[in-house]
Amino acid sequence: MIRTEELLLNVGPQHPSTHGVFRIVVKLDGEVITEATPVMGYLHRGTEKLAESLSYTQIIPYTDRMDYVSAMTNNYVLVHAVEKMMSIEIPERAEFLRLIVMELQRVASHLVWWGTYLLDIGAMSPFLYAFRDREIIIDLFNELCGARLTYNYMRVGGVKWDAPPGWIDKVREFLPYMRKRLNEYDKLVSGNEIFLARIKGVGAYDAETAIAYGLSGANLRCTGVNWDLRKDEPYSLYDRFEFDVPLGVNGDCYDRYLIRMEELRQSLRILEQALEQFPSEGETMGKVPRVIRPPAGEMYARIESPRGEIGCYIISKGKAEPYRLKFRRPSFVNLQILPKLLVGETMTNLITILGGVDIVVGEVDC
Amino acid sequence: MSEEQKDKETKLERTNNVSEPQSEESVKPDTEVPTDTAAEAETGSSPTANAPASTGADKPMRAPLTEEEKAARVQAAAEARAARAKAAAEGGEGSAEAPADKPARTRDKAEGDAAGEEKPERPARAPRAKANEEPPKPKEPSPKQPLLDRLVAMLKADVAEDAVEDAVINYENDHLPTVTIKNEHWLSCAHQLRGHLEWSCEYLRNLSGVDQETHLEVVYHMINLSTKAEVAVHVKVDREAPTVASVTPIWPTADWNEREAYDLLGIQFTGHPDLRRIMMPDDWVGHPLRKDYESLDSEV
Repeated sequence: MIRTEELLLNVGPQHPSTHGVFRIVVKLDGEVITEATPVMGYLHRGTEKLAESLSYTQIIPYTDRMDYVSAMTNNYVLVHAVEKMMSIEIPERAEFLRLIVMELQRVASHLVWWGTYLLDIGAMSPFLYAFRDREIIIDLFNELCGARLTYNYMRVGGVKWDAPPGWIDKVREFLPYMRKRLNEYDKLVSGNEIFLARIKGVGAYDAETAIAYGLSGANLRCTGVNWDLRKDEPYSLYDRFEFDVPLGVNGDCYDRYLIRMEELRQSLRILEQALEQFPSEGETMGKVPRVIRPPAGEMYARIESPRGEIGCYIISKGKAEPYRLKFRRPSFVNLQILPKLLVGETMTNLITILGGVDIVVGEVDC
Repeated sequence: MSEEQKDKETKLERTNNVSEPQSEESVKPDTEVPTDTAAEAETGSSPTANAPASTGADKPMRAPLTEEEKAARVQAAAEARAARAKAAAEGGEGSAEAPADKPARTRDKAEGDAAGEEKPERPARAPRAKANEEPPKPKEPSPKQPLLDRLVAMLKADVAEDAVEDAVINYENDHLPTVTIKNEHWLSCAHQLRGHLEWSCEYLRNLSGVDQETHLEVVYHMINLSTKAEVAVHVKVDREAPTVASVTPIWPTADWNEREAYDLLGIQFTGHPDLRRIMMPDDWVGHPLRKDYESLDSEV
C-alpha cells in the first residue's frame, strides 16, 4: 500500500504569479489541492484611515495607488461620488476627456492582464507585445497629465489638464492600430491548442455562485449574467454610446479570457464614438466652491472598472474631510471565491485560476 | 474713434465688473473662508454639537408659522434627514425640532453661497425662505417611496413590529431606500431581504463598518440584479459590546468584508465561520479605524 502524506505549501508572498505581495497557503494531496487559505494585508496602507484626515482633493492621489493598473477609473469613482453629493455639473468637454481616459485605461489594464496571464501560463512573447502596445497609451497619459501610472488627473468638477494640441488626433490614430493588433493577438493566442488545453473548463462556476460571492466584471459576466454598470446604471456619458456587453456561457477561465478580449474591442468602439462627438472647445472645470465640503449625508457611488464594480461609500458630516470613506474594491471581493475554486484542482491550475480572476494586490489590500 | 473708445470703456467696465468679485475673493485671507463657513456650520449643519442651542435660538423666529405649515415642514424634513437628525438628537433634547431645522438651513446656505452679497442678510431672510420652500417638498415624493413603504410593511409583518427603527429615502444617492434595522432582528430581516419573492436581493454589493462615536454601525448595500430594486440597511452596534449577526451564511460575499470590519473596527460578527484579522498582522492590538484609536507603539 502507498501512503500519501499531506503537504503544506506556501505560495508567496513573493511569487511571480501574484503580481504583487499576496500569499496562499495550500494543502496538497499529491498534486491535488485539498485546502487553500489566502493571506493578505502585506500591502495594506490604511487608505481609508488616512482619508479621514485629508481633504477630498488630497485623497485623489491615494486612489491612484489602490488599483495602480487602472488609476483613472479609481480617480473617477471618488470625484463622481463627491460631485453627486454636491450636485456639481461637469462641463461636457471635461466629461468627454474623463470618459476617453477611462476607456483607454480599460484597454491598457486588459492588456496588462492579457500579457501577464499568458506569461503565468508559460507563453513569453505575448507579454512583450502587450506591453509594447500598452506603452502607447501610457505615453498618451504621460502627455496629458505628466505621469505614467499614478495620474492624479481628475478633480471634483472636472479634470486638471485640458488635452494638449494634437492629443485627440493621437488617440484617433491609435484606435485602428490597436484593432489590427487585437486581430494579431487572436491569431497568436486565442486558438492555440496548448493554451486551450490549459484554460478550457478550468475554474468554472455558475451564475448563482458568482452572484452569491458578489463577483463583478468579467468574473460575473462569464457565467452569462448581464450586468455591466456602464449599461445598467449609466454614469458619465455611457448612455450616449453604442456598445455591447460580451457574456460567457460556461463560466470558466476561457470565457473570462474571451470576454476581456471582446471588451477591448468594445472599448475601442466607445472611443471611436467619443472622439467623433468630442467638443472642440469648452471648459475643463465646472463651478466648484473653493473648499470642497459636501453636505451632511451619505453616498454610495459605483462604476465599472476593468475589474468590476468599484464603489465609494462616503459619509460626510459637512466637513472638508470625509467622516468615513470606504472603497468597495472589486479585486478584494472577486478574490473571495478563490479558495472554493481551488479545492480539487491541481497545483498548476492554481496559477491559471488566480490569473483568470485578474487581481491587483494594491486594490485587494487598499 | 468714439465708438472704439466706447467699446474700450464698456470693456473696461465689464472687466471691472468681472474682476471685482474675484479680487474680493482673492484678497480675502485663506483663513477667513473656513471660519466663515464654520460659523454657518455651527448654527446650521452640525446638529451633533449644537442641537439644543440652535433650537433655542430659533423658537422666536418660527412663532409666526401656522400649525399646518409647521406640520408640513416637520414631515418634509423628517423624510429627508430623519436618519441623521436622529443620530444627532440621541443625546435627548430637541429630538422633534432637530429634523425640522436642518434641511431648511442647508438650503439657505446653498442660496447664500450662490448670491455672495446677500450673506449678511441671511438671518433675517431665513424664516421666510423656509416657509416658502418647505411645503412643495412633500408634493414630490420620491418614486421609490412606495417601495420603501412596502419594504417596511413587509419587515414589520414578517419579522417583528419593532424591527425597523427608521426608514428614509436618500435623495442624493439616486433615491436609495435606506432602513435602519434593530440589531437583534437583523438576521431574520436579512433572511427576508434575501428570500422574500418581491425583494430577493441576491447581490450584496458593499458592506462597510462605521464608527459613529456614540455607537458603531454596519451598512449593507444590496440589490436585486433583475428588478434592480436596491436597499441600504444600517444596523447599529453597541460600542462597548459590539456584536451583530453575521450574514456570511446568506451572502458568502460578506465573509471577507466582515473580517475586514472586525479587523479595523472590532465588530464581532456572531456566526461567522472564520472571524480573524485580514488586513492587520495577527498580533496587532486595537482596531485602527475606530475614531479613538491610538496605536500601541507610538513610533509606528
